[in-house]
Amino acid sequence: MGNHSDGSPNHSGTVATAGQHEVEKFQDPGLPPHRLRLADTDPKAAKRAERQVAALFATSVVGTVIFLVAYFAIDLGDDSSIATIRLQNALLGIGTAFAMLGIGTGIVHWAKALMPDHEVSEERHAIRTEDDRQAAVRIVDDIVEETGIKRRPLIRNTLLGAVALAPLPALAVFGDLGPRPDDKLAHTMWAPTDGKLKRLTRDPDGTPIKASDVTIGSAFHVIPEGLNELHEGKLNEKAKAVVLLMRLDPASLNPSAGRETWGYNGIVAYSKICTHVGCPVALYEQQTHHLLCPCHQSTFDLTQECKVIFGPASRPLPQLPIAVDDEGYLVATSDFKEPVGPSYWERDEHERSINS
Amino acid sequence: MSAASTAEAPAYVANTKVGRFTDFVDERVGGSGILREFGRKVFPDHWSFMFGEVALYSFVILLMSGTFLTFFFDPSMAETHYAGSYTPLKNVEMSVAYSSSLDISFDVRGGLFMRQVHHWAALLFVASVAVHMLRVFFTGAFRKPREMNWVVGGVLLILAMAAGFTGYSLPDDLLSGNGLRIIDGVIKSIPVIGTYISFFLFGGEFPGTVIISRLYTLHILLVPALILLMIVVHLFMVVVHKHTQYPGPGRNDRNVVGYPLGPVYAAKAGGFFFIVFGVIALMAGFFTINPIWNYGPYDPSPVSAGTQPDWYIGWVDGALRLMPGVISGFHFEYIIFGHVLTLNVLLPALVPAGLVFTVLFTYPWIERWITKDNREHHVLDRPRNAPTRTAIGMAGFTFYCVMWAAASSDLIATHFHVALNDVTYWLRALFFIGPVIAFVVTKRVALALQRKDREIALHGRETGRIVRLPHGEFIEVHAPLDEYKRYKLVGFESLAPLPAQPNEHGVVTRKENRRAKLSRWFFEDRVAPATPAELEAGHGHHEAVEAGEGQKTLSH
Repeated sequence: MGNHSDGSPNHSGTVATAGQHEVEKFQDPGLPPHRLRLADTDPKAAKRAERQVAALFATSVVGTVIFLVAYFAIDLGDDSSIATIRLQNALLGIGTAFAMLGIGTGIVHWAKALMPDHEVSEERHAIRTEDDRQAAVRIVDDIVEETGIKRRPLIRNTLLGAVALAPLPALAVFGDLGPRPDDKLAHTMWAPTDGKLKRLTRDPDGTPIKASDVTIGSAFHVIPEGLNELHEGKLNEKAKAVVLLMRLDPASLNPSAGRETWGYNGIVAYSKICTHVGCPVALYEQQTHHLLCPCHQSTFDLTQECKVIFGPASRPLPQLPIAVDDEGYLVATSDFKEPVGPSYWERDEHERSINS
Repeated sequence: MSAASTAEAPAYVANTKVGRFTDFVDERVGGSGILREFGRKVFPDHWSFMFGEVALYSFVILLMSGTFLTFFFDPSMAETHYAGSYTPLKNVEMSVAYSSSLDISFDVRGGLFMRQVHHWAALLFVASVAVHMLRVFFTGAFRKPREMNWVVGGVLLILAMAAGFTGYSLPDDLLSGNGLRIIDGVIKSIPVIGTYISFFLFGGEFPGTVIISRLYTLHILLVPALILLMIVVHLFMVVVHKHTQYPGPGRNDRNVVGYPLGPVYAAKAGGFFFIVFGVIALMAGFFTINPIWNYGPYDPSPVSAGTQPDWYIGWVDGALRLMPGVISGFHFEYIIFGHVLTLNVLLPALVPAGLVFTVLFTYPWIERWITKDNREHHVLDRPRNAPTRTAIGMAGFTFYCVMWAAASSDLIATHFHVALNDVTYWLRALFFIGPVIAFVVTKRVALALQRKDREIALHGRETGRIVRLPHGEFIEVHAPLDEYKRYKLVGFESLAPLPAQPNEHGVVTRKENRRAKLSRWFFEDRVAPATPAELEAGHGHHEAVEAGEGQKTLSH
């Protein structure tokens, strides 16, 4: 590029503006001469194109027939097999495709081969005439003048105030879309009811888990006892209460002060709801003791109390304190000590009230 | 198409039956004025103008297939036990919405086909809107007088994604439920009101029992109505402005060259609708999309690895994946005045999308301010002839694609046997440097193509014929272009930097100085079109090919 100097602010003579370099430009030679197509000159070719178009339209008829046959002749019956459905679906697809493509390609071929292919040049019109513009602007000015809105600020200001407030009811009317959040996000089903501790049960069948069933290296998907018996809001409770249960060599766990008793013999339970945006952290890497969220790849280290070691999550997974009851079944000694799942504005407040 | 064939109606007596029928209708309700205006309206033709048509036609197909689906779909989240004919899910507890989606797939004849048509058409709809916008951007079709239509197009893109997302969630299967779960998590990260919005949207705690029916109302009523409204506005403006055209001999800003609406253009465009429909039908017949029966009903506990959103949501999901939650001990979630600010979710959800759409919506005015160009443009730019704009577009496109790729980081890792963490680290780096590389490379490529155009315009095209001259030198014979082909290569306007200009008080404002700097950055690297003088002077002389040399000698 040799013409960087053209950009020099002191050198406005070289700035290209419309028309300035008209002389130096190539002149527009105008539309290229029209070239006749074969069908324009050779009647045989035109006849051939005509037959091709007709053949394409005929294909469309065949497609329609295929569709109708596939629809009526294939019986899905009461217990339709996947194979039957797949066959019908494919035939309906072929039928529709032929029916549509036949018409489409036929028309396009007709247009391209037989209809006049002269390119036409048309003048563009101004979007509006100068005359109209001036008249319109004057009308608007007159209207504004006649309302007197400029001379009467009291009217203007009260109107503005009224219009600004009027949409509020339209907003308020949505107030019953949902209940107030209160502290619903802070509690889960794991809280003991009437002093009875909740057992950890298998997801989805709800059978309780004996501590002796949990061998080193194994992992269980866990739901609280009684979840399956819920009729209302079962999924809501499940969305907060699901837990992953794993057993590690107790020596590899490094519980912090106050959390030594939250596990049992190397068995630990952590919330399965990712602290990022709430996907289930369903992948357990047995060798590395990492938990991985398949949605956004947040990775938590079990040996460091599920601290985040990779990915977009910022907070460790909450731990569920567990123990063993008289019959040897695993139970939760309390609810989570912090709200589970993704962060929200009031979360810290809730955490403080849980721990106080 | 009946209207098209009656354009000859101005003859006093209609010759065709259709013409007489049109006459009959016209005498009673009027409309000959409209027909006169539109019957032979000229439309320029180019393959790249089809993307908008694909978008329009797939929307029509969406309306038709969607209406069919509403006859069988029940958006209730009440619990039921599946009793349809898909054996693996027999007696499984699920929502009525999921169960009726399964019924559409397995017990309604043609239901699966319609579902697949609807889903494929939806993917194609968003894709064609996006590609159409890229075409409009790279050819400069957004310039005056079409800035407002560009904005309408941007709104349509957002609405298309909204339509897609609300529809994606309706079957209430495991995959879409997880998608909603992520939306819920993102909403909860909004400061102050996030928790309330989440509770209001879901009618209580996630997932609640109302979200599907609420999304259904949005999906089949509000969003399509808005899309339809925007399409009407969009097309109305196309008619007002008339279509843009590519540069070439005989085409300029004052005319429009192409085929008349009736019959050729109408036939081509109308026929194209059937072709789009046929292609979607083929895809629906042979390529499974969203096999909800494999996923099972929504349950907050299980999830399968390798989950992916539909393609158009991918870039936002990818941004969520790329954002680190902790950087060397610094937590992006922190507590401020006793409240939680969770920037590791909020930033990636808002900032990249906000950036892309802000630039998208304001770009016509930015470029207009820099060039101070208030003229109407109806002739498009070839992308190479606007190197900086093209480079900006490619930078934005790359930015988008990096995020989009990030939404598949786990699949990239498993397919190419590389570490997932490394994929993420690379994409994090590319998020920042990718657009820069794309900008530089694109600009250089555009300039190189412009120089190639100059060379061809001045020296003709290579014939591949090697001739040995009497003194032994071998040369390749170049054949000169005819004037039409040459005009295509030289008939463009190469804008130069516009220096700061004083305002009416004779003062060069600071804003004006900034504008001049941007103008310089925009246009300092430029290749001017070849001129007749160069063609005269440069016969056979390769030295004169460099644009700058030619331009300089001419302008001094």
